Amino acid sequence: MEGELPGAAAAASGPALEPFPLVTGETEIGPEPDPAAFGALLQQSSGQRVLHVPRESYFSLVAALKNAGYEMCADLCAVDYLASPNRRLPEGVSPGRFEVVVNLLSLCRAARIRVRVQVGESDPVVDSIFPLYSGTEAMEREAFDLFGIHFRGHPDLTRILMPEDWEGHPLRKDFGIGRVPVRFKEAPGRR
Amino acid sequence: MVLSNGGRGQRSQGGSTGFSDASGFVPGTSEGAQEMSLRRATVKEELEREAGMRERALKEGFDPWDMSVDTGEDQTMIINMGPQHPSTHGVLRLMLELDGETVLRTKTVIGYLHTGMEKTAEELTFVQGATNVTRMDYLSPLHNELVFSMATEKLLGIEPPPRATWIRTMLCELNRLSSHSTWMATNGMDLGATSMMIYGFREREMILAFLEKVTGLRMNHNFIRPGGVAADLPDGWEDDVAAICDTFPRRLEEYDELFTGQPIFRERVEGVGVISPEDALDLSATGPLLRGSGVAWDLRRSMPYLAYEELDFDVVAGTYGDCFDRYAVRLAEMRESVKMLRQMTDKMPSGDYRALDKKITPPPRGRIDESMEALIHHFKVFTEGFKVPEGEAYVAVESPRGEIGCYMVSDGSNKPYRCHIRGPSFVNLQALPTMLRGALIADAVAITSSVDPVMGEVDR
Repeated sequence: MEGELPGAAAAASGPALEPFPLVTGETEIGPEPDPAAFGALLQQSSGQRVLHVPRESYFSLVAALKNAGYEMCADLCAVDYLASPNRRLPEGVSPGRFEVVVNLLSLCRAARIRVRVQVGESDPVVDSIFPLYSGTEAMEREAFDLFGIHFRGHPDLTRILMPEDWEGHPLRKDFGIGRVPVRFKEAPGRR
Repeated sequence: MVLSNGGRGQRSQGGSTGFSDASGFVPGTSEGAQEMSLRRATVKEELEREAGMRERALKEGFDPWDMSVDTGEDQTMIINMGPQHPSTHGVLRLMLELDGETVLRTKTVIGYLHTGMEKTAEELTFVQGATNVTRMDYLSPLHNELVFSMATEKLLGIEPPPRATWIRTMLCELNRLSSHSTWMATNGMDLGATSMMIYGFREREMILAFLEKVTGLRMNHNFIRPGGVAADLPDGWEDDVAAICDTFPRRLEEYDELFTGQPIFRERVEGVGVISPEDALDLSATGPLLRGSGVAWDLRRSMPYLAYEELDFDVVAGTYGDCFDRYAVRLAEMRESVKMLRQMTDKMPSGDYRALDKKITPPPRGRIDESMEALIHHFKVFTEGFKVPEGEAYVAVESPRGEIGCYMVSDGSNKPYRCHIRGPSFVNLQALPTMLRGALIADAVAITSSVDPVMGEVDR
């Protein structure tokens, strides 16, 4: 095809985009924060690093981890331990009914770290880390929707997967699974 | 804390402390509207987010009421796009605030396909679980099975034999090819290149035919299971893979010509839906969406799993972070997948295709007729399943859409205590407001398509 098409000329005359620099993750990084300063316990679980942190210092620990090179919050979810009260926890961590589990990812270290927070049954509230990682917006809403855990400071804590008028929080262990009974009967006749 | 009342006056303004102990409900929030509300009824942070201004607001102390969204609210309108809109790839609903044709704010409303798969997973044994999770991301079912199986194996503390690992790697790369072909097809369709729909599905069908030969099913294979894979590769698989490897580069050249060399397509995607690497990281975006913005992050390279460490391939990253870069990244990734498939046909080791632990994988069919013990093991595996030691683990792999993760908790029984799946497009969809801000309504189709959302995995 000879000559430029009119479209190509128009594209060339549009506002030029700035190319973004390639991020390869080879940047200077500071040391990881000391867990003890936040009352947290570092533990190995299936070969992965886990930090147990009290609810009060959860937000400040995640903030310190973000500053130490954990650029991304890969995942945030909750677990209801109602049916498993005697689970294995490191000494000094008092079990709550719920647990909020945050998986942070460091691109520059190519490492992950998991933060587990115990959340009591009577006041299921925990600080929202939305101010640190905007990507947790949908994840915290999901945890709220399915477990009824309230994230303090979340801008729009509404149900996300269930309908607005749904009652209860389906992933709690005391929320029964609904079943539609299957009828293995011959279909009734036309008349 | 100030709660928006969603423009409806329904929500109580009780703050964050009023709990009713009996039900455990949070009265201030449980009945909130999920729709986009008027600007004056939205809290500041949420307004920033919906306007795609979060990063800028944090960095520069930006006041959202000052933003150039300042067309008065009597001159803008909030419209719905979806959930039945054909370009939303399922049932995604976008609420857009428009000033004329320009998008000012976006809110995604999801949940129309929610089927409670995480709850279902708690009722199924680890053996049955792969059947359940494979239905989440229906365009890359093998990656769902893989992440579920890898999480289970992590808790069990077993390693599948090398051949199983290589079979998994090969099937996952084939799955990536078919998933990206489907994306090429639907993306072409969204942008008016209707013939691409037929080409993309032709290529996908070629791969699905091979996967059917291997697994018995075109989709939802339930082939990758804890401990290995369900069966060995069929005779003559090398020829089939070689045929795919020979066909695909030619077809990719055609795509390149059809899209990259076509001014109409480039007009629609160049400079549209730009997202900066900082924004993409902040919004936890992964996969081609993150790489399109120039962040060379690929779990296959950065945190290798399966046999990727022994394969030679390039991680492709974009430069401008627009829709064209995301298209180009996917096209180049397909070439890399073909490159890997060629290496795998040569390197495929021989040996067992599953761990030889009789408590975890069933014995070969022939043994059941001869050995009473094999019969018992077979019966036990498929009725009771196997018990997994108490513990928890998070495993992530690179699916065609980004990081798919599985957080698995076991209490020592034969069923997962909790099986949380981190869906890549569930998270990636949060980048829409940033990419859509200031775009034209017609670009909303191109931008949504460039995220490649699969609603089955968004809503789970």
